[in-house]
Amino acid sequence: MTATFAGHQVDVDHEGYMQKPAQWNKEIAAEMAREVGIETLTERHWQVVEFVRSRYLETGSAPSIRSLGKESGVPVKELYKLFPKGPAKLAARIGGIPKPRGCI
Amino acid sequence: MTSTVMPEPTTAVEGRADSIQKVSIIISKGSLEGIYPGLIMANGARMEGIEANVFFTFFGMDAITKKRHNAIKVATVGNPGLHIPTLLGAIPGMSAFVTSQMKKEMEKLDIPPIPEFIEMIADTGAGIYACLATVDMFKLKKEDFVDHVTDIITVGEFYEMAAGGEIVFT
Repeated sequence: MTATFAGHQVDVDHEGYMQKPAQWNKEIAAEMAREVGIETLTERHWQVVEFVRSRYLETGSAPSIRSLGKESGVPVKELYKLFPKGPAKLAARIGGIPKPRGCI
Repeated sequence: MTSTVMPEPTTAVEGRADSIQKVSIIISKGSLEGIYPGLIMANGARMEGIEANVFFTFFGMDAITKKRHNAIKVATVGNPGLHIPTLLGAIPGMSAFVTSQMKKEMEKLDIPPIPEFIEMIADTGAGIYACLATVDMFKLKKEDFVDHVTDIITVGEFYEMAAGGEIVFT
C-alpha cells in the first residue's frame, strides 16, 4: 500500500505508518505532522522525532515511553504537551518508521 | 400452541464510538501482580491518546502510599498461577525472592518500579485518585500519599468522572 506525502510516494501500512524508513524526509514528516494535528514541528518536536527514528535505525525497535522520557532530553510531561495523542506513536509516525508494538 | 418471538440479537450498542475515548481504571489489590496490570493499562491508554484516570481502593492504595509503595510484593501463598506449592510459598523470604526475580524480568522489558511508574503515569496527564472510604477506614491522611495523587474522592465522584468512558476493575 502506498500514500503520497509532500509529493513523495511512500510505502505505508493500513494506518499510515511508513514501512521503509529510507523513503522518509523532513517534508514528509511535516505533512504527516499536520495530518495528526501538529501544525508546526518545533525544535523540541524534532528532538523527539529524531531520537525515536535513530533509536529505531540502530536497534530495530522504537523506544518505550519510559526511555523516551529519560533519554530523549524531553521529559514525559513535555512529551505529552508536544504530542497530546501519544508521543511514542506519533513520533514514530512522523519519523517515518513502522508503528511501535511495545506495551510500555 | 403459542410461539414467542425472540428479540433480534443486539449487534452494536447505539451511540457508542468505535474507538475508546476515556478509561477509568480501578486498582483494588495490593500485591505486585494486583497492581501492575492496572498501571500498564493506564499508561497504555495514554500512549494511545486515550484519557485515563486511575482510582486506588482498598489494598491497591499501597501503590500510592509513601510508607508502602517501595515494598509491594508478589503473593506466593494462595497464588496458583505461580506454580509453587503453598507450603513452599510460605517459607520466610520466598515472597521477597520471587518479587526480586519478577522485578528483574520487568526491568528488562523497561517496566518501571511502582513509584516511578505512578510518577510517569501522572506525568502523562492521567488523574491519580485515592478512595475516600478506604482512606477513612485505614485512617490515612493526604500527607501519607505520594505527591502525584490528584485528589481523594468518593465513589460518586469517581462515577461522575468516569461518565462517558469505560470502567476497568482490577
